[in-house]
Amino acid sequence: MKTGGTPRRWLIILPPLVFLLVFFLVPFAFAFKISFAEAAAHVPPFTDVLVFTPDHHLKIAATLANYRYLLTDEVYGVAYLFSLRTAFFATLVCLALGYPMAYAIARAPRATQSVLLLVIMLPFWTSFLLRVYALEGIIRDNGLLNTVLLHLGLIHEPLRIMRTNLAVYLGIIYSYLPFMVLPLFATLEKLDPTLLEAAADLGSTPWRAFRDITLPLSVPGVIAGSMLVFIPAVGEFVIPSLLGGPNNLMIGRVLWDEFFGNHDWPVAAAVSIAFLLLLVGPIAIYQYYNVRQLEA
Amino acid sequence: MERHGSLFPFTVLCFGIAILYIPILVLIAYSFNASPLVNVWGGFSTAWYGTLWHNRQLLDAALLSLEVAVSASTGAVILGTLAAVALVRFTRFPGRLLLTGMVNAPLVMPEIITGITQLLLFVSMVQLISWPHRGFTTIVISHVTFCTAYVTITVQARLASADRALEEAAMDLGAGPARAFLEITLPIIAPAIVSSWLLCFTLSLDDLVISSFVSGPGASTLPMVIYSKVKLGVSPDINALASLIVCGVGALIITAGWLMRRAERRRALEIQLAGR
Repeated sequence: MKTGGTPRRWLIILPPLVFLLVFFLVPFAFAFKISFAEAAAHVPPFTDVLVFTPDHHLKIAATLANYRYLLTDEVYGVAYLFSLRTAFFATLVCLALGYPMAYAIARAPRATQSVLLLVIMLPFWTSFLLRVYALEGIIRDNGLLNTVLLHLGLIHEPLRIMRTNLAVYLGIIYSYLPFMVLPLFATLEKLDPTLLEAAADLGSTPWRAFRDITLPLSVPGVIAGSMLVFIPAVGEFVIPSLLGGPNNLMIGRVLWDEFFGNHDWPVAAAVSIAFLLLLVGPIAIYQYYNVRQLEA
Repeated sequence: MERHGSLFPFTVLCFGIAILYIPILVLIAYSFNASPLVNVWGGFSTAWYGTLWHNRQLLDAALLSLEVAVSASTGAVILGTLAAVALVRFTRFPGRLLLTGMVNAPLVMPEIITGITQLLLFVSMVQLISWPHRGFTTIVISHVTFCTAYVTITVQARLASADRALEEAAMDLGAGPARAFLEITLPIIAPAIVSSWLLCFTLSLDDLVISSFVSGPGASTLPMVIYSKVKLGVSPDINALASLIVCGVGALIITAGWLMRRAERRRALEIQLAGR
């Protein structure tokens, strides 16, 4: 579109750029501003940070109270750490399950490959909420898992999984597994099979070839997949809310309660900003590997 | 490609697929349970599907969700395709990095953060310009934001593999750049556009967290109603509704996948024929 010239180019670039700028990036600026406001009993429920006085002077009525509150009230620190830990271990299990799955798909014949990919994709696109709900049917006290185990005589009392942290782990692993498999498959598929053949010709065992060739070359996929699971899992709300116990304080749930329960919007804004700052690192890593993979 | 030692990955693959599907299949099976007690099998019945049609609240929510999903996926497809064209065709322009970042970030951004920040934006906008009112409009805007990312990535991949030479040939033959794009490139990326529309549709239909934040009083989408019911425990009519949604969405996705594959094959065939 060289002949289109610069002005016409902007007809294509500007709509998505402006839309995402206004509705994705600018909201963070507003959240940042409101995180310095105070909660108030009117609509909207917070004070103005920037106030024009009657004599046309701009007055900044900012308070650091919300951030101070985050640091002094233990709940937030504990919730952050707990969410990070939960997401971390769930990501590890997803990786342990997802890697062999992606490997098996990458090794399958082409025709089978696309069917298998669709099989993995299908749950990923169907309702997240309903899948979490469906899991409840398996793990609740009188659910399928307990019924089967009781019938087999392996246990004599139903296992209590629902409303425990184990249920949250199972929920995250079950819901996010496809997110891990797809990027891993994308890198494993690109792997040149002649490299492995060369290794085999040179007398390397399949395991050594895997360790020395396949594994190092699949690192970008491992990182992209792990980030795709880890980052959303840290902020997960639906899973801890539906499957976790009342004392499962993941940060997503704390935020939700702050907002809908306590109606303290400025504190919720401060929590979001602090949360976002913690996620900037992982998101940057994800972007870096993602862009590199797209442009490879 | 068959290699020894591949039994272990294959076993894990089967196990993983079983994990992914068993809960859904059990849910569908229980939706045909005549007994209102979720743990007792009372014989086959479709009664729970019947009760859905008389639930005014569910029907209203479903209608709202469908309207939102159609509007949001249409908007996202337009913006996402433009973004994909911009990123693939224009290798340097001010704001390119910013656009790349804004296209990719929503994919990993926790929904709860997107929801809160967008609500704060909408509330501040109402103070400044008395628009938009929370409800249908704000939900659609939010959904367009995260759906655009999925469209851009799907179309981008397709566009990057499209042969630029065809478009240039058309322009050499006197077509303007817009016409060359519409007649040559658009048909090539059409399957990606159609399938990403369907994917956005299902994503929008499923969203709970962001909608809960940005919607206003009186505007409850289907996931919001389902969530408030599910919070109270497993219930047979939700089983029926969930089965309907899962099967409907599943059919949509399979259609999308099939469309992509058919277009892929046709294109491969054309390239083969052209090469002769």
